[in-house]
Amino acid sequence: MTTKKTLDRRSFLRVTALAGGGVAFGLIGKDAFAQGRGGRGGGGRGGAGGGGFGGPAAPPKVENYIKITPDGKFTIMAKNPEVGQGVRTMLPMLIAEELDVDWKDVVIEQTDVDPSKYAGQIAGGSTATPQNWIPMRQVGAGARLMLRQAAAQMWNKPESEITTRSGKVYHEPSKQSAPYSQLASKLESMTPPSAEEIEKNFKDPKDYKIIGKSTVNCDIKAIIAGKPLFTIDQEIPGMKFAVYQKGPVFGSKVKTWNEAEIKKMPGIVDAFVVVKDQPNTPFIGYREEGKPADAGDLQEGIAIVADSWWYAQSARKKLQATWDEGPRATPEHSSTAYAAKAVEISKGEPHSTTRKDGDPDAALKGAAHTVEAAYAYPFISHADLEPQNCTANFKDGKCEIWSSSQIPTGAFGLIASNTGIEQSNITAHMIRGGGGFGRRLYNDYAVEAAMISKMSGHPVKLVWAREDDLANDYYRPGGFHFLKGGVDASGKVTAWADHFVTYGAPKSMPLQTSSAANIGPTEFPQPFIENYALYTSAQPVAIRTGSLRAPTSNALAFVVQSFIDELAHAAGKDPVQFRIDLLAQTKPEPPARGGRGGFGFGNAFNASRMTGVTKLVAQMSDWNNRKKSLPKGTGLGMAFHFSHSGYFAEVAEVKVEANKKIKVNKVWVAADIGRQIINPSMANNEAQGAVIDGISAMMFQEITLNNGRVQQSNFNNYKLIRMAQAVPEVEVQYLTSDNNPTGLGEPAMPPILPAVANAIFSATGDRVRSLPLKNSGYDFA
Amino acid sequence: MAYTLTVNGKKSTVDVPADMPLLWVLRDVLKMHGTKFGCGIGQCRACTVHVDGKAQPSCQLQISAVGNKAITTIEGLSADGTHPVQRAWEQVDVPQCGYCQAGQMMAASALLAAKPKPTDADIDQAMSYNLCRCGTYIRIRQAIHLAASMGRNGAAHTTGSAAQ
Repeated sequence: MTTKKTLDRRSFLRVTALAGGGVAFGLIGKDAFAQGRGGRGGGGRGGAGGGGFGGPAAPPKVENYIKITPDGKFTIMAKNPEVGQGVRTMLPMLIAEELDVDWKDVVIEQTDVDPSKYAGQIAGGSTATPQNWIPMRQVGAGARLMLRQAAAQMWNKPESEITTRSGKVYHEPSKQSAPYSQLASKLESMTPPSAEEIEKNFKDPKDYKIIGKSTVNCDIKAIIAGKPLFTIDQEIPGMKFAVYQKGPVFGSKVKTWNEAEIKKMPGIVDAFVVVKDQPNTPFIGYREEGKPADAGDLQEGIAIVADSWWYAQSARKKLQATWDEGPRATPEHSSTAYAAKAVEISKGEPHSTTRKDGDPDAALKGAAHTVEAAYAYPFISHADLEPQNCTANFKDGKCEIWSSSQIPTGAFGLIASNTGIEQSNITAHMIRGGGGFGRRLYNDYAVEAAMISKMSGHPVKLVWAREDDLANDYYRPGGFHFLKGGVDASGKVTAWADHFVTYGAPKSMPLQTSSAANIGPTEFPQPFIENYALYTSAQPVAIRTGSLRAPTSNALAFVVQSFIDELAHAAGKDPVQFRIDLLAQTKPEPPARGGRGGFGFGNAFNASRMTGVTKLVAQMSDWNNRKKSLPKGTGLGMAFHFSHSGYFAEVAEVKVEANKKIKVNKVWVAADIGRQIINPSMANNEAQGAVIDGISAMMFQEITLNNGRVQQSNFNNYKLIRMAQAVPEVEVQYLTSDNNPTGLGEPAMPPILPAVANAIFSATGDRVRSLPLKNSGYDFA
Repeated sequence: MAYTLTVNGKKSTVDVPADMPLLWVLRDVLKMHGTKFGCGIGQCRACTVHVDGKAQPSCQLQISAVGNKAITTIEGLSADGTHPVQRAWEQVDVPQCGYCQAGQMMAASALLAAKPKPTDADIDQAMSYNLCRCGTYIRIRQAIHLAASMGRNGAAHTTGSAAQ
């Protein structure tokens, strides 16, 4: 890059390298992340710069992140996809803090997808905070150190006498000051400081002016004014609109359709079948006996291209197509059949032993109290409010896309392999997404848009109808747990055996489960129970499964924390004290506490952190007094869960009326996600949203299959929680611990489901072991 | 067929089929993208606009039925983002993804026009048509109360920036 060193135009900070920028990335195990997350076609994940995903080997360079302009503004690049988690505001906050500029002078710009410049451009796994906490501050602090050095040279003063404040350098003894913009051009020839030097000069947290301060969403002005901001709002010259009709069962192929009639309808530009002639990427999705895993990202279908979306959608309503529905359009691929099959499997030998410590069978025989229970939860859909969509312009062997993918590099391989161009000929723009929740980790809509643009010869905006979205998801997998637990006379949990019946390829060796449908061998409570077994069995499934907010944890916490409640009641113990005691249990096997603790993403389960949040939430909710003072029919429930490096304990107060109408009166959330909450406003918003989302999921949400077909179609039969049903008060507190900050969007959600279920038990004695609650006759008051 | 409609006080003539919903006239013909598509069946109300001052889902209103009715969209709620609802939404830092919020603000502003000091029950009743997938309902309620306290002259009774 060449930069004219004049101050009447935009000057760029120019440095060659910031050494050691990748040091923060070691936190997260690559394989832990790989399960169920969309990646590049071919299953690879790019060169992991310093342990990041799909990122460059090079450390972050200041010039890629900061632009200083003579008008006193500082443009800071936001590199990650924004889908409502607040990262477009949060990452620039880290840079601005260490750069030492005022937030009011910061202009945020979204980058494109560029793995050569930016590491880990993903929104997944609540990883943005732990992955970027150090590198983004390095960018800001590195620039600040160089500005100091430049000022020292300019004024011929010792660097130690130079200070910075609000975008200016100062030499207080001689009362000199200069704006950063005056020095920016001098940095080009400077050697950037080492990572060690930068980190030595990180600000003391007590001096933070931006980090830790509630900072309003950087897109707020556009949101409140209805400015075009989202992917669905993109317009490019010559653009046409498309719908894409896939078959009724996953993997369907077109047999016949009324092509001539469709093409004659008003506003129709083109209509054609997109034939799937490329193998799918062997990485994610459902698994079928004897075949490699199939992501199924591009499904065969009928594309209709028109002058407006309404014309395309109207034509689709006249579509008369017949389909070869394939091998999965059969009665065994029905939800009722899956449930019956799970029970049958539970009665036989498990397909695999995921973990066995001690002798659970013997321990159960010797236990003072035993509990046996079967738990079940359904497939659910992400239901992002902005339907999946993508704008693509395929022209002259190049493809440009505008999408709100949570892992936009994942589209590159798919588009390349299906359109026959090199990945280097693809450009991807990251546009704000109307919700993610894991759905946009998959790039099926992007490859569809690229194919339709290529085949029609027009730039196209493909927009899915809600019906497309609910019928073609990568669903949170349903599952079944057949549990046995035992406690001794003192209340110690001595035995735990869980036969987990999930989806996958039952005869595979080792057992292959469908995406996000597995449980790891050290998942809680394994580290704490001497005689512990986790068996896993699988049955084939007709649909794609995948990651949804807190994958696996979002269902597992309901099972584990409800069953712990059952054991506590069997032992006659208070549920909070019972959990604290369980966290103090030890077992002889040393490897149990090592390695990765389940879905903690690289961090082992830390009992003292979980005990801390458990005690905090008990104190916040005044557990001991409140549980005694509640009116009849109102109960308190508690649960905790560790996922994505976050420790969350939650208490719910629930009123249950005689006709099973429930009202969640209040929820208390205690969290330990490290020593710093970067943006408290967003953190609280997301924690509250996670609680409301969890209650929504547990009450209504369920995707059912009949002969391989998804039976839900829109929000009339796939319900989301509404204002009057939502808990009106969610109190959130953070327990500060001396750990680097980690994410919160996902780990805040799992505990609320069992907390509410345990509260219902406390209020009524009814133990709910199957979700959604509506199937047990519950509804909101 | 040609229809003349009045959106945010401005007349436009569009040549579209009679059954085209107002939502798609706004988005694809008039290129006003503030009004959002979420479900197409009036269940999520991301597409809420004012029709003669009343909050209505624009996906359920065919262009042939609009006639002379005055349409107000999020772009027309105020000229400069200073409607009390807009300022309250900013002050409370309501949105997560933000996709439903245009619809929420249109529903909230219609509520406040009818009931300047709504109770929680009024808010539950008026706002339960609008889905928020991110679950920002607590802040939406807070922002409506704040907007109500700003009153017509727009002076807020409370201060502060982002909600804690």
